[in-house]
Amino acid sequence: MHPAPSVIVFSTLSGLGFGLLFWLGIDTNPPTGLPAFIFFAVAYALSVGGLISSTFHLGHPERAWRAFTQWRSSWLSREGVSAVFALLTMGIYAIDLIFLQIHATALGLIGAALALFTVFTTSMIYAQLDTVPRWKTPFTPALYLSLSLAGGALLSGRVNMAILLLVIAAIFQFIWWQRGDAALSDSGTDLGTATGLGERGTVRSMAHPHTAPNYLVKEFIFVIGRKHAQKLRRIAFGLTFVLPIICLLLPFSHVLAIIAVLSHVAGVATSRWLFFAEAEHVVGLYYGMR
Amino acid sequence: MADGQPQLDLSPKVSDEVRKTTCYMCACRCGINVHMKDGKVAYIEGNRDHPVNKGVLCAKGSAGIMQVNAPSRLKKPLKRVGPRGSGEYEEISWEEAMSTAVGWLTELHETAPHKLAFFTGRDQSQSFTSFWAQHFGTPNYAAHGGFCSVNMAAAGIYTMGGAFWEFGQPDWDHTKLFMIFGVAEDHDSNPIKAGIGKIKANGAKVIGVNPVRSGYNAVADEWVGITPGTDGLFILALIHELMKAGKIDLHYLAQYTNAAVLVDAETGLLLRDVDGKQLVIDRTTGKPTPFDQKGARPDLSATYRQAGVTHHTVMHLMAEKYLDPQYAPENVAEKTGISAQKIKTIAAELARVAFDEAFELDQEWTDFRGETHKTMTGRPVSFHAMRGISAHSNGFQTCRALHVLQILLGTVEVPGGFRFKPPYPKPVEAHPTPHGYGRPGKPLAGPHLGFPRGPEDLQINEDGSACRIDKAFTWENPMSVHGLMHMVISNAHAQDPYPIDTLFMYMANMSWNSSMNTSGVIKMLTDRNDDGGYRIPRIIYSDAYSSEMVAYADLILPDTTYLERHDCISLLDRPICEADGAADAIRWPVIEPDRDVRGFQSVLIELGARIGLPHFLNEDGTPKWKDYADYIVNHERRPGVGPLAGFRGEDGDQFGRGTVNPEQLDKYIENGGFAIEHVPDAARYMKPWNQDYQDWAVKIGLFDAPQPYLFQLYVEPMRKFQRAAEGHGDIQPPDHMRDRLKEVMDPLPIWYAPLEDSSVDPDEFDVHALTQRPMAMYHSWGTQNAWLRQLHGENPLYLPTKLWQKHSFSEGDWARVTSVHGEITVPVAHQAALNENTVWTWNAIGKRKGTWALSEDAPESNTGFLLNHLIHELLPPKGDGLRWANSDPITGQAAWFDLRVKIEKADPPTESQPAFDPIKSPVPQGPDHLEWKVGR
Amino acid sequence: MTNLPTKTDRTLGLVIDLDTCVGCHACVISCKGWNTENYGAPLSDQRPYGTEPMGTFLNRVHSYEVQPEQGHAQTVHFPKSCLHCENAPCVTVCPTGASYKRVEDGIVLVNEDHCIGCGLCAWACPYGARELDQAEGVMKKCTLCVDRIYNENLPEEDQIPSCVRTCPAGARHFGDLSDPNSDVSQLVETRGGFDLMPEMGTLPVNKYLPPRLKDSWDDQSLLAPLLEPVAEEPQGFLGWLDKALDKLPGGTT
Repeated sequence: MHPAPSVIVFSTLSGLGFGLLFWLGIDTNPPTGLPAFIFFAVAYALSVGGLISSTFHLGHPERAWRAFTQWRSSWLSREGVSAVFALLTMGIYAIDLIFLQIHATALGLIGAALALFTVFTTSMIYAQLDTVPRWKTPFTPALYLSLSLAGGALLSGRVNMAILLLVIAAIFQFIWWQRGDAALSDSGTDLGTATGLGERGTVRSMAHPHTAPNYLVKEFIFVIGRKHAQKLRRIAFGLTFVLPIICLLLPFSHVLAIIAVLSHVAGVATSRWLFFAEAEHVVGLYYGMR
Repeated sequence: MADGQPQLDLSPKVSDEVRKTTCYMCACRCGINVHMKDGKVAYIEGNRDHPVNKGVLCAKGSAGIMQVNAPSRLKKPLKRVGPRGSGEYEEISWEEAMSTAVGWLTELHETAPHKLAFFTGRDQSQSFTSFWAQHFGTPNYAAHGGFCSVNMAAAGIYTMGGAFWEFGQPDWDHTKLFMIFGVAEDHDSNPIKAGIGKIKANGAKVIGVNPVRSGYNAVADEWVGITPGTDGLFILALIHELMKAGKIDLHYLAQYTNAAVLVDAETGLLLRDVDGKQLVIDRTTGKPTPFDQKGARPDLSATYRQAGVTHHTVMHLMAEKYLDPQYAPENVAEKTGISAQKIKTIAAELARVAFDEAFELDQEWTDFRGETHKTMTGRPVSFHAMRGISAHSNGFQTCRALHVLQILLGTVEVPGGFRFKPPYPKPVEAHPTPHGYGRPGKPLAGPHLGFPRGPEDLQINEDGSACRIDKAFTWENPMSVHGLMHMVISNAHAQDPYPIDTLFMYMANMSWNSSMNTSGVIKMLTDRNDDGGYRIPRIIYSDAYSSEMVAYADLILPDTTYLERHDCISLLDRPICEADGAADAIRWPVIEPDRDVRGFQSVLIELGARIGLPHFLNEDGTPKWKDYADYIVNHERRPGVGPLAGFRGEDGDQFGRGTVNPEQLDKYIENGGFAIEHVPDAARYMKPWNQDYQDWAVKIGLFDAPQPYLFQLYVEPMRKFQRAAEGHGDIQPPDHMRDRLKEVMDPLPIWYAPLEDSSVDPDEFDVHALTQRPMAMYHSWGTQNAWLRQLHGENPLYLPTKLWQKHSFSEGDWARVTSVHGEITVPVAHQAALNENTVWTWNAIGKRKGTWALSEDAPESNTGFLLNHLIHELLPPKGDGLRWANSDPITGQAAWFDLRVKIEKADPPTESQPAFDPIKSPVPQGPDHLEWKVGR
Repeated sequence: MTNLPTKTDRTLGLVIDLDTCVGCHACVISCKGWNTENYGAPLSDQRPYGTEPMGTFLNRVHSYEVQPEQGHAQTVHFPKSCLHCENAPCVTVCPTGASYKRVEDGIVLVNEDHCIGCGLCAWACPYGARELDQAEGVMKKCTLCVDRIYNENLPEEDQIPSCVRTCPAGARHFGDLSDPNSDVSQLVETRGGFDLMPEMGTLPVNKYLPPRLKDSWDDQSLLAPLLEPVAEEPQGFLGWLDKALDKLPGGTT
């Protein structure tokens, strides 16, 4: 799949933002006043910024409001609706904390649930797709949720929780990659089933329908060398999990905390790039590519 | 309407008006409905009523809309201002362009007409362009048949009075087995596609003989991946098997062919009576009898002893020739790449279907001997062949062999077999002989191109030099009935046989894909004499688009696109007939040009009048025709017979013969752009021998008297040339030609290895290299169409598995391909369904930078390439001091497919090699995006 | 409207004959022509005269080779457009309801006025049947020529999809696949029509007819008697000829 920058930025940032909102929402003793403002500002900057970024790849962003209408069937629509409800709920919750020093516990819990659900809907946009076997797994929501929660914990300064969640997310990430590499071949879909000619022999694409790349080729077929991918995976893993955990295990300093956060964000962004770049859409089979 | 579904307008207006004309996106001439909106072309679809395509339309046809909006369209006449090849031009007025051309041509017409070489490429108005050239008085005229199809046309007409290509068709309704040889998907393509669909639905089988399994061969039930150039040998092996098993149609051979005609044992000429009629022995009387005598039963096995000499029949000679073990399947398997078993299987299947599945069609008919038959015997085997067998130096004899095969099976012009389309069948005797030898200011005595009956029809001067610049009708290629367009530039440059002054060409991309040896031709076009003048002094060129050839002309006459012009697709040259009907068609301007361009034929008419060609002027000196449309309606080739057959006569109700009808074009337009006259039921088959057909053909003016004839298994004119080579007669070939003529002019089909095989080392150059046209592209006929070039914007060289593995190629690799003449470096791709010693690519995808309004980084001029660079118009020197043409020695057909190469892996260059400098484009580059919607 | 209808009145679709398709691309360009001029936005082309020309097409023809264990590889030309699935994943993923499956005939369409061009429907389609138009920013797909098949401005015989009307080889068939007696259903029944990627559970409406068995004449035993020689030598042949001629109508025996 084409790793569109807008979608990578979106899913990385909004995952963190909604993760932070989650922790703020369930906090039994949340910050108030200016500290609350700073925390919520960061959370909203990430989540709203991510959402805005996601509209950049739309053909008609001015019609984006229509995406709220199909929540009954569409995960993308649900994501939009859920994000808006989460942001509205947490907005009221935040205003209460910042300006009124009121901790509306129930509102916070509802907002936290909505924030987490938003991340879940994002993950389900991918996990629902039979067409991308690498994504079609419960591990995709598990990975998205654990990363979001770990990132949120990291941003909100919950050191122990962050370490625990980073370890859990690292495990999901590892499993996800391992499973993903075999997903297409395990899916049972190949050029034989794609053409229905597989029982007659080995099917091979001899010529594409068009000699220059088209939308399908550009959108669905992104070839990344395996060696290159392995290197990027190691980088992503180190940045997302290893370096932040080391920083957190060391005696606390603001510099280390900032390093941990930046490293984590860069790591997630890298793994999100790989999330798309390594994903093989079955349309690629028709082109004899993956 | 369901909840939430939007309201759709399910009956939107389709167009303001439908204008019906004829497609020109390739040579098929399908009928098209041009849907107009706001006066513009909005959509093009096939015309359901049209005899050729019956509503369907190919990719090219549907893409016509991108042809009429193409940015490569020339806009005004151009005068060259930089050196040739630079592309530097100045736009000039038509008056200046015409005065320039008239000035050059008038002088030639009056002093030395042969110094004009007029060649018209992929022209669909040959009966008119040849008429013009004939009246100009130059012997140097032809269209592009010499590098395209002449082997097929000549072999067909000499053998059976008609050919494949689009001049005949299988009996799609009845055929059960359809065997195709080297059939490309270009000529007659929609009818063939439709036919294959139809016969498959009927349960018929298709055998595809082709080194490449694509297109029709992909849907063939049996694929024969033959070694290029060996089809003739394969066919003769089939003939061997069928004759040996007696699976030949004796009745058919005896009655309708010259199999029973007696051959003079001393001369090899056919025995004739005092009236010149070929003689057979009547099996009833045992006496020599004219072949067409009523009630005669020609005896295939007869001998005739006269004055101590025993004469045998053609059949006898054939038995001696083809039963020879050299044609046994076991002995041809290695050369052809087809197992003996497979050859036998195919022979057996041909026999089974032809004889075991024979049927009687309940249709009474009367033959030319006056005998009435209650039924017509059907033999449901049909054949078709095209460039794959004709573009070899043994192509003429190979095509002949195939015709002999189908005649032996009795499947020509019978139900289920191959059928001619009017104006065929038409024996050689009904065709003209070639004419040359013009005198200044006078027309030629007849048409340039014709069918030589023997050495007396050669176009050679008393000193043995060629009369024509292309050396057609010389001992080098005696039966070059389409001329040799591919030799014109080379000979003009060499000033052999003589220098010319003006080269005038139309629709022929000679500086690129239409020439062998492209780089060499570019050099010839730009070469100068010592005095600084060009070796070919003047070049006039007409084209609608900014092709590669434009850059090499001195004067450009911009043509219109096909939707902006008048044309007639005439029974006088290449009509649109079907086996069941005579038909012709027109093009008419469904839109007016938005540029200062003129239809080439109208320009020729004006040129003719201004030069003062007698037939182009009235007695009072005024122009006879104001434009091509005027000519189409008012010209009469013979009394009552003109370019268009339909709607003739005062009331417009006559077909074929009739007085000029001023409303004729309107009638055509009203009728969908064509006219058709159906063949009467009793005349639908057995046409060469069918009285009803002969009478009908005379009635509609195809000929002036019935002319039934026998199929010529044994071609006597060939024997005459062969006999001359043996030393008989007054007109003698040069000595160095004798051996070759004796071998190749065999009056019965033979096979010899392609000539290139004997002039290069087949072990070193061990790979055959071919091209074919993609079905969705027709090389530079039109422009680089915005829609079609997305399908075929690049052309890899396809390699079979054996070569792919041998050289460890993988996707994205490049290869250096070397022939004895040149070298190219090109991208490769793998194809398993390919003859294991053959490589191929799509024809003419490669373009020169700066042409066709493409950007210079377009794939066509970067990874795209031509195979032409590997092919020369001459064979390599053999050490005999002579350069032999890379052509069929009988017809001069360019031997494109004889090419042998060697292949090695190469480091990928930045672009395909050889690469050429960009040409300065005479038109602006095309737009960078299109959202084409008329009336939006 | 992204819920799929539980039932459609008819099930219109195509049946594509891989035994007959010669790969000529006629359907591709006819479709391009009709749909550039008709339903919704024109099918645009980027860099139509430059490098990497890239236009929107609703129908494309692939070329495959099938290499059996024994014998020659076979070439199969393979046209592919929207299969108008019964269980169309492209419809249910659409966040705006622009994608929908018509209740009347099962045609899957995009309401271009509602499409935000997010591309998710194309992601959800396993067949590559949807292309995002780069000029208009909306998703384009085969409409089964919904603006032809009911169009009263067209003669009745032309009320079929443009690709079907133009296909020279007759490899494309259009009809109601829910009617077991329709021509298309009969073709599917008799020729063993199949689904593409059945494992995806999309339940495509369009069906493909398999190529006939190819290169199957290796068993020559049945044909061998047909080539029983009448003679090995020319003399023998001429003797046979003489006798055979007598057996012809009008002969002496």
